[in-house]
Amino acid sequence: MNPLPAPKALDSFFLEARAKLLDVAAILDRIGRGKDAGGTGDDPRLERIRKALEVLHDQSGGRAERIQQIFSREYDSKWERPQPR
Amino acid sequence: MNYIDPHIHMISRVTDDYQRMAYSGCVALSEPAFWAGFDRGSAEGFRDYFHHLTEVEPKRAAQFNIRHYSWLCINAKEAENVKLSREVIAVIPEYLQNPNVLGIGEIGLNKNTRNEATVFQEHVDLAMKTNELILIHTPHLEDKYMGTRMIIDMLKNDKRVKPERVLIDHVEEHTVRLALDGGFWCAMTLYPTTKCSPQRAVDILEMVGTDRIMANSAGDWGKSDPLAVPEMIQEMKRRGHSESSIRRIVYENPLTFWRQCARWQDWPGAEKETSRRRGKPLAV
Repeated sequence: MNPLPAPKALDSFFLEARAKLLDVAAILDRIGRGKDAGGTGDDPRLERIRKALEVLHDQSGGRAERIQQIFSREYDSKWERPQPR
Repeated sequence: MNYIDPHIHMISRVTDDYQRMAYSGCVALSEPAFWAGFDRGSAEGFRDYFHHLTEVEPKRAAQFNIRHYSWLCINAKEAENVKLSREVIAVIPEYLQNPNVLGIGEIGLNKNTRNEATVFQEHVDLAMKTNELILIHTPHLEDKYMGTRMIIDMLKNDKRVKPERVLIDHVEEHTVRLALDGGFWCAMTLYPTTKCSPQRAVDILEMVGTDRIMANSAGDWGKSDPLAVPEMIQEMKRRGHSESSIRRIVYENPLTFWRQCARWQDWPGAEKETSRRRGKPLAV
């Protein structure tokens, strides 16, 4: 399944990207405008949002997957598995 | 275009949704057993639920010429109660000979706890003893990656499990390759806010291709869209993907997976139609 040519993808999705970026910006403004906004400064969820925004600057691809990882709990391969019976 | 929604909870949808799905081309769906929005008090409550899934919903769907199939289990959220879970697992075999039951599901993890893992493995034990297909729920949001890894650990640890008889559901960008590389089937759930949008689902298809993957709405009692699969079809058309690729995702792949069920009975003309369409590009 071939993706759209890049110029066509930009034409098709530019307005959608603009709208979604504005939504994120408005959400951050909303949090900042609220009472006790200072108290959220060290909330780990905001830190994850900041890290996710940094990924958007990166041109190397796989951004959606990398942002998913930022919002994921860490997996421990040594967890104790139940045994088949 | 005819399509299948392989995961939708019709018990929590109104009859008009069946009608709108039929208008949109839905010819079949499957309904996994899930959390009712509250923890049930006894295994007897699950008997009523399994009766509803295997007898009531197929009749409601048939009014609109939609074939209704189901999957049976106690879901991951209620699996935290191991005693109740074992009582429910003991009841399931009574319903497995119903011709519309496709297998055990949607089993899985919710918060990735030890109890959930224990009950997951006991469901797998039942599926292996009764030769059933398995449909797996992977956790939401921040628990998804860890839970998917744990589920695959358990499946790989059980030498009886054939990956091609297991579907790992609700995959997203960071888990889709875990499922496919393990040899499992997988499905993307088109659900607002907490899962995958139709646009992202098509992005994932462009990255991983059309083998062993499908899409569903998981429409339920939450804010969700029973017409999410047709919306994804529209997105695929918008990007110029072929009718044959679209049909493979929304019709042929679910059927190919379901046909492995020992009780499967093909629909009149379905096998002929699917093989004919596999052979050459479609002209719809």
